[in-house]
Amino acid sequence: MRFVWPRITVSGLLIAMLAGGAAAAALASGAAEAAPWNLQPAASKIAADIHGLHEYVMLLVTVIFVGVFAFMFWAIYAHRKSTGHKAAHFHENTTIEVIWTVIPLVILVVIAWPVTKTVIAQKNTANPDITVKVTGYQWKWGYDYVKGEGEGISFVSTLSTPRDQIEGRAPKGEHYLLEVDNEMVVPIGKKVRVLTTAADVIHSWWVPVFGAKQDAIPGFIRDLWFKAEKTGTFRSQCVELCGKDHGFMPIVVRVVSADDYTRWVAEQKKISAAIADDPNKSYALDELKARGEKVYAANCVACHQSTGKGVPPAFPALDGSKIVNGPKSVQMALVLNGKPGTAMAAFGTQLNDLELAAVVTFTRNAWGNRAGEAIQPSEVKALRK
Amino acid sequence: MSAVLDDHGHAHDHHGGYGGIMRWITTTNHKDIGTLYLWFSFVMFMVGGVMALVIRAELFEPGLQFVNPDFFNQMTTMHGLIMVFGAIMPAFVGFANWQIPMMIGAPDMAFARLNNWSFWILPFAASLLVLSFFMPGGAPGVGWTMYAPLTVQMGMGMDLTIFAVHLLGMSSIMGSINILTTILNMRAPGMTLMRMPMFVWTWLITAYLLVATMPVLAGAVTMTLADRHFGTSFFNAAGGGDPVLYQHIFWFFGHPEVYIIALPAFGVVSQVIPAFSRKPLFGYASMVSATTGIAILSFIVWAHHMYTVGMPVTGQLFFMYATALIAVPTGVKVFNWVATMWKGSLSFETPMLFAIGFLFLFTMGGFSGLVLSLAAVDIQLHDTYYVVAHFHYVMVAGALFAAFAGVYFWLPKWIGRMYDETLGQWHFWLTMIFFNVTFFVQHFAGLAGMPRRIPDYPLMFETWNKISSIGAFGFGLSQLLFLYIVLKAIRSGERAPQRPWEGADSIDWTMLPTPAPYHTFETPPLIK
Repeated sequence: MRFVWPRITVSGLLIAMLAGGAAAAALASGAAEAAPWNLQPAASKIAADIHGLHEYVMLLVTVIFVGVFAFMFWAIYAHRKSTGHKAAHFHENTTIEVIWTVIPLVILVVIAWPVTKTVIAQKNTANPDITVKVTGYQWKWGYDYVKGEGEGISFVSTLSTPRDQIEGRAPKGEHYLLEVDNEMVVPIGKKVRVLTTAADVIHSWWVPVFGAKQDAIPGFIRDLWFKAEKTGTFRSQCVELCGKDHGFMPIVVRVVSADDYTRWVAEQKKISAAIADDPNKSYALDELKARGEKVYAANCVACHQSTGKGVPPAFPALDGSKIVNGPKSVQMALVLNGKPGTAMAAFGTQLNDLELAAVVTFTRNAWGNRAGEAIQPSEVKALRK
Repeated sequence: MSAVLDDHGHAHDHHGGYGGIMRWITTTNHKDIGTLYLWFSFVMFMVGGVMALVIRAELFEPGLQFVNPDFFNQMTTMHGLIMVFGAIMPAFVGFANWQIPMMIGAPDMAFARLNNWSFWILPFAASLLVLSFFMPGGAPGVGWTMYAPLTVQMGMGMDLTIFAVHLLGMSSIMGSINILTTILNMRAPGMTLMRMPMFVWTWLITAYLLVATMPVLAGAVTMTLADRHFGTSFFNAAGGGDPVLYQHIFWFFGHPEVYIIALPAFGVVSQVIPAFSRKPLFGYASMVSATTGIAILSFIVWAHHMYTVGMPVTGQLFFMYATALIAVPTGVKVFNWVATMWKGSLSFETPMLFAIGFLFLFTMGGFSGLVLSLAAVDIQLHDTYYVVAHFHYVMVAGALFAAFAGVYFWLPKWIGRMYDETLGQWHFWLTMIFFNVTFFVQHFAGLAGMPRRIPDYPLMFETWNKISSIGAFGFGLSQLLFLYIVLKAIRSGERAPQRPWEGADSIDWTMLPTPAPYHTFETPPLIK
């Protein structure tokens, strides 16, 4: 028996395409909701402008595309050898060549004019009502409200989707990978200037509904602005490859009314006053271990793992580590200042003295490590200069 | 025709005395080296393809199923590097080796031994890339663009990759010098520049681009190496450097690189479309100037890859205008190809199908490129799947389709046998359909906000990713059919007639026997 390939016919091809289309449609209808296929609905004027531009350009290029390929498909249909068409022998026509050089130029100018206005508007970050510094860390975002209402508020925003959902041991929630412990909150109708920077590698901060995206570059401060025109919670993700957990550092912005914002600011101030950690107090070993475990879970677990075994060689084990079981000042200095050239960040800028003391105490007394000694915040404070 | 007759008498005297594997290692014959380049690129195409399938398998549904995020990043990085430097570029150098001497009436490449070396560097470079997976920490997971300062965090695999890029660059530069010298000095009497086949023209311009930009890439990765090991701070702000400087240097190479890949593809298509339209190429002179125009513009548009790094408004606008301008010469080329088909006498053998597929899909990639060139709109699309879809329309539907067209078109000339036309058409339609299933939906995922280079994604992107993954596996499997078709043609294909394509009229078809003997044009032909 020899397999004979069927000859391809136009009708066979149509059937194949229909079958493929039907399969795709079946798959699409199988999904819980209709899959989003266009830019997210705008929540700022700039985003609305971008959507308008995109539609305008798509319309233009679709018309051009259909026009050009109408000629090609007509030639395919009418100028076939199989129907006995004889080839003409022209191969130049200066007039038409000048026309199809000049017309695209004119179309480009027509496109460029409105786009230029939007580019200029996007870049105008002057006179903001509120300024927030956003810092990219591997793999979370830090928010510092540096000017305007809410000045002084500062928090770190980390993915709150449980590991079990990511690894398929639990059903995935509605906001899978798009949920954080601390959301950025801004008031509606106020110009918010975001300063971006990063502590380790390049990240990129993006909120699609505001039409605002800016790379966060270590050692430099860049900026963007937005003015929200809708209240609600808007979600996005880091958009510059930043290492292992690039896919797991979402951005969530909650836009609220002016009154709600004022209330949120007051609440934040109260919370930060209440939990203000006293670096001069002395804590018991168990107290520190318990606090340290939480700090570890929020900051260290992605690399060093909950087992303390790490992922060698990129992310070394802490369990049985020479450094963790060695002199405490060496370990504290490493956590404070980080290790250049690796993903080990300088946590001195991210955590306070109590948190640092707690997490170091925890690692020295967890798994197989048995230091049996508490490290007090005052010791960390002394190491900072 | 005297050159042809001479060949028959002496052909077997010049095999160099080696048989078996040593023939291939020591060969200085442009046809042997062309064959080596083409097989090498096919192997790399398979290796890079398997990596693409690992990526698509992981992305079939949300959650982490098959690979961890670190390995996923290694896959995206190596898929990109291997496809660009290992598959597409060597494939077109293979075409250049086979075709340029036969198309301009030269007996071989200008520097035959250099040619051997240019090729034999490649397997070592590829081995370094693959070996990086077995280093502590694995291959680099930094993306094919290798942005600083993430590169500083990588293990030894990064160093192997840097050395591999050095070797690949050396190979490309030597190959280009060879091509430039051959084209400028070894044309047969009467073969003036403006009589050269379009494929030769596009390679002449591509070779200039390579010589100008590959050293820039070598500089960028060398600075990365120095930042990693020698305490320099080119890309480290703490030491007075700037991470964005890396991007400027990389894309000064990277954007011309796009045309290094695209121009030879334009060249192949410019041979195939007239041949199957039985009509000369429309606007030959304007094709040459459009190609030159694209090449020159490609040097002043690099920062359109960097609209989100925070350039001043004048920077955004300059790079936007310059980039949009490329649409003009590219448009001229598309119009010329359509005008070549217009009122021709068309037939649709496999090379023509791939050329038409190229024309149709590459133009779509060009239009999504125009959308991306608009800085304001790019803010929404940068680093999303829209960009992934865009450059696969240009690289796969552009360069790869043209490479398939070239193989089917020239295979009879090279081996003297025909491929199976029915299977060839099957290969085209499967490739065409699965390509679009894979990549068209990625435009939607990108518009809706899916970032690129992520191993896991929010639930709203599931549908598009499922369709894309199904398409990718169909696309990958279809390429095994291509291998089968080529092997079948070599083993048992029908004998090719002297001129299998009646419309093909360059001198490789009109003045040389089919298959082309081992040595051709030992005495230069006279082109009238």
